[in-house]
Amino acid sequence: MSNTIIGHNLLSELKREAQKKRLAGENFFADKIVNDIFANAEDIVRKNVVRKDKQINWSQKADNVLTSKITGYPIMLLTLGVILWITISGANVPSAILADVLFRFQDVLTGIFMYLGAPDWLHGVLILGSYRSLAWVVSVMLPPMAIFFPLFTLLEDLGYLPRVSFNLDHIFKKARACGKQSLTMCMGFGCNAAGVISCRIIDSPRERLIAILTNNFVPCNGRFPILIAIGMIFGAGALASHLQSAAVAGIITGMILIGIAVTFIVSWALSRTLLKGETSSMVLELPPYRRPKILAVLYRSFIDRTIFVLRRAVLVALPAGAITWLVSNVYVGEMSILAHTANFLDPVALAIGLDGFILLAFILGLPANEIVFPILIMSYLSSGYMIELDSLADLQILLVSNGWTWLTALCTMLFCVLHWPCATTLLTALKETGSKKWSFLAFLIPTGMAFLVCFIVAQSARLLGLAP
Amino acid sequence: MQGAKPKNKSQITLSQMKEGSACTIADLHLEGLLRRRIMDLGFIPGTAVQCVRKGPTGDPIAYTVRGTTIALRKEDAAKINVFMA
Repeated sequence: MSNTIIGHNLLSELKREAQKKRLAGENFFADKIVNDIFANAEDIVRKNVVRKDKQINWSQKADNVLTSKITGYPIMLLTLGVILWITISGANVPSAILADVLFRFQDVLTGIFMYLGAPDWLHGVLILGSYRSLAWVVSVMLPPMAIFFPLFTLLEDLGYLPRVSFNLDHIFKKARACGKQSLTMCMGFGCNAAGVISCRIIDSPRERLIAILTNNFVPCNGRFPILIAIGMIFGAGALASHLQSAAVAGIITGMILIGIAVTFIVSWALSRTLLKGETSSMVLELPPYRRPKILAVLYRSFIDRTIFVLRRAVLVALPAGAITWLVSNVYVGEMSILAHTANFLDPVALAIGLDGFILLAFILGLPANEIVFPILIMSYLSSGYMIELDSLADLQILLVSNGWTWLTALCTMLFCVLHWPCATTLLTALKETGSKKWSFLAFLIPTGMAFLVCFIVAQSARLLGLAP
Repeated sequence: MQGAKPKNKSQITLSQMKEGSACTIADLHLEGLLRRRIMDLGFIPGTAVQCVRKGPTGDPIAYTVRGTTIALRKEDAAKINVFMA
């Protein structure tokens, strides 16, 4: 070593030499450093910290139940079901009130436009287009969000989510993925873009990519209202009102479980094809449970999440509403541009159990899933059924008169859970992976799964004669 | 380096510990980033460690070390030797 000629890149040579020494010492230096740091810390603790012995270990007791072989899984499922049930049954009344107020205000606005003698097209674009889809987004989205987000933040604050990872890790291990992926999926319930960002907690790049590519299979808050509305109309319509919320919660829990199952299947397949590799390690901290700070939870979930997501939805809804009104009211020949496009999409859409308008609404909803349903309603309304929509019963009449069956409802819900991510999520994936190829796959994989699953469901139902 | 086999009778691996039992860490047969991370969390030779609970299928396993609960996968825990108390 002493006769090594030292070149001009002295520093890098030295660094390499140091690295070699360190590795040759079989972790000796690194271990020594860690040892000394801990010895130092222990010393400080011994001199300054007085521990009270009396505290009962509540966390251990809670974990005995929450991560037990017998009760661990049922409690997870039950928690999910109860949160959805509270969200659905709690959102009904405020949704109806908001819709009532906002649509009454629409009449006032229309009155003003008439008084001023504004042209019909202006009234159409601004009121029937922008304002009405805004009213729909707010009245349908706001109440479930304002209930769901605080409840979920509460769970997060309690420290329950790492236990979910602890319980589910062995399944992720079988898929050669990381148990922490379940944490990123929990974030995805709120917003998939946030879910994709949270994948940074996964250390192995391969497993992080798997989590990013599959995050979209967890339905985000923008998609819940679609599931709730359809579940309410087609799944629980015949039941007594006090059973409805529970039935809808059951249906949506089922949909979420399908999404989770697809997550596992796709993760498993990716680990064996595009992202080949063995599972790496997982180190997961289980922090003690703590009493949630209710006010902080309310503030954080309301300001940080609800307002943020709602603002984005509103910003997209205004232009999208105007554009949808335009394309559904500008006629080329006998039909509007919207109807032409829907007709064009019809054959493909019918094969997967949807119709052209539904598929078109999902495509136009790319900027934000929140506007899919308002767009769909507007396109149905403009195709001849001019009724006032202020209740779910009206919505049911509208959908059924447009040819919806239970199969349409089921396929629309499946498509909603599985289809391509919204534009924000795709852009986030691009930012996080730094690769156009992986971002494109983040679009392609869900799209493929949605078409595949809906196609199989629709075709088998028709083959068995269960649906037209 | 590769042999994670315990050297004598009183030594077992972290993954062989029974739920509720306590041991002292002997040595770690882990390499690279994982070794660093696990040591940074306080798994260093001479430290008392307690096996708190196993996951629903026996994997991962949660250990308490220096007042913190950390879950490790079985394969990783099998590379850490401990002295039985």
